[in-house]
Amino acid sequence: MKQVFQKPVSLKDVQTHFCPGCHHGTYHRLVAEAMDEFGVQGRTIGVASVGCSVFLYSYFDIDVVEAPHGRAPAVATGVKRARPDAFVFTYQGDGDLAAIGTAEIIHAANRGEDITVIFVNNTTYGMTGGQMAPTTLVGQRTSTSPFGRNAAKDGSPIRMAELLSQLEGVAFSARVAVNNPRNLMDAKKQIRKAFRYQAEGKGFSFIEALSSCPTNWGMDPLAANARVGTEMCGYFPLGVFKDTANFHAG
Amino acid sequence: MARIEIDESRCKGCGLCTLACSRKLIVMGSTINRQGYVSALMTSREQCTGCALCAEMCPDVAIAVYK
Ligand SMILES: Cc1ncc(C[n+]2csc(CCOP(=O)(O)OP(=O)(O)O)c2C)c(N)n1
Ligand code: SF4
Ligand code: SF4
Ligand code: SF4
Ligand SMILES: [Mg+2]
Repeated sequence: MKQVFQKPVSLKDVQTHFCPGCHHGTYHRLVAEAMDEFGVQGRTIGVASVGCSVFLYSYFDIDVVEAPHGRAPAVATGVKRARPDAFVFTYQGDGDLAAIGTAEIIHAANRGEDITVIFVNNTTYGMTGGQMAPTTLVGQRTSTSPFGRNAAKDGSPIRMAELLSQLEGVAFSARVAVNNPRNLMDAKKQIRKAFRYQAEGKGFSFIEALSSCPTNWGMDPLAANARVGTEMCGYFPLGVFKDTANFHAG
Repeated sequence: MARIEIDESRCKGCGLCTLACSRKLIVMGSTINRQGYVSALMTSREQCTGCALCAEMCPDVAIAVYK
C-alpha cells in the first residue's frame, strides 16, 4: 500500500493554535499543497497579516514577512518588486483586508501587482473576540452588533471578490469554500489557478476563501461548517468573477 | 485495499471527517487525547475505499490515507 494522502512538504509538522473545526487550517494546507505542486517552496515569500493567521511563519516551511495590520499587500508589493523571481502571496483575514487594509488591497490590485492574495472571510474579527467586520452578514450578532448587523446603520456586507474584479489590474478573482468535499476540490483548483497566474506573470490574483469561526459564532464546529453553506454562500456566491484568460485568449 | 490512519494526538475532535465519509466509517470516539479533545475513530476498516475525502476535510491534517 502506498500513501495517497499526506501532509504537504511546505507545511510544518506542528500542532496549530486554531480552534477545532476552524477552516484556517484547511486553507493553510491547500495553499501549501499548491506550493508543493508548483515546486516554489524554496523561493516563496509569504506575507502574514494580523488576525488568527498571524502565525503563518510557524506553520509554513517558507520565508515569511509579518506585515502591520492591513498592510500585507503593500509589503508584498515591495517584496515582489525587490525580488521579482520570488513567489509572493499574502494571507489575510476580512478584518485585516476589508477594513483597516482597504486602501492597500484596492491599490495593489489596481496596480496589477504580480502577487497572490488569499483572503479568508469568516464574517468577523476572529482573533480579537468576534467584533463586526465589513463582511458580517445582515442580522448577524457579534460582540459589537449585539442586536445583529443593521444594514441601514452599518451598511451591507462587502463582496470583495466581485469588487476587485472590476479593477483592470486584476487577472483572476474567485470565491471558494471548503465546507464539503465538492467545494473543497473546487477550492483546490482555483487556488492552483491563482498561483499559476502569478507564475506566468499575468498579474494580481485573488482568492476569497469563505471560512468558519466556530468560536466567535458561538457554534460547534459542525454547525459552523454548515453555516458557511446555508448563510454565507447565499450572500457570497462561489465562483470565478474575473479570469483574464477568458478576456484575452492566448 | 485501503486504510486510513488518524493521528489521535493531533485530532481536535471537530467531526468534519465524519461528514466527509459517504460510508460513515468514521465516528467520534470516547477517549480524550492529550489536548483535551475527544478524537475521531475509524470503524469498519475493511470498507474503506481510500477516497481520502475525510483527510481532505480535516483542518488539522490528522488523517493519512494508504491505498
Ligand atoms: C493597528 C492595529 N489595530 C488593531 C489591532 C487589533 N486586531 C488584531 S487582529 C484584528 C482583526 C482580525 O480579524 P480578521 O482580519 O478578520 O482575522 P481573523 O482573526 O478573523 O482570521 C484586530 C482588529 C492590531 N493588532 N493592530
Ligand atoms: S477564533 Fe475563529 S478564526 Fe480564530 S482560530 Fe478560532 S475559530 Fe479560527
Ligand atoms: S478514505 Fe474515504 S472511505 Fe475511507 S474513511 Fe476516509 S472518507 Fe471514508
Ligand atoms: S476532521 Fe481531523 S481534527 Fe476533526 S475530528 Fe476528524 S480527524 Fe479529528
Ligand atoms: Mg475574520
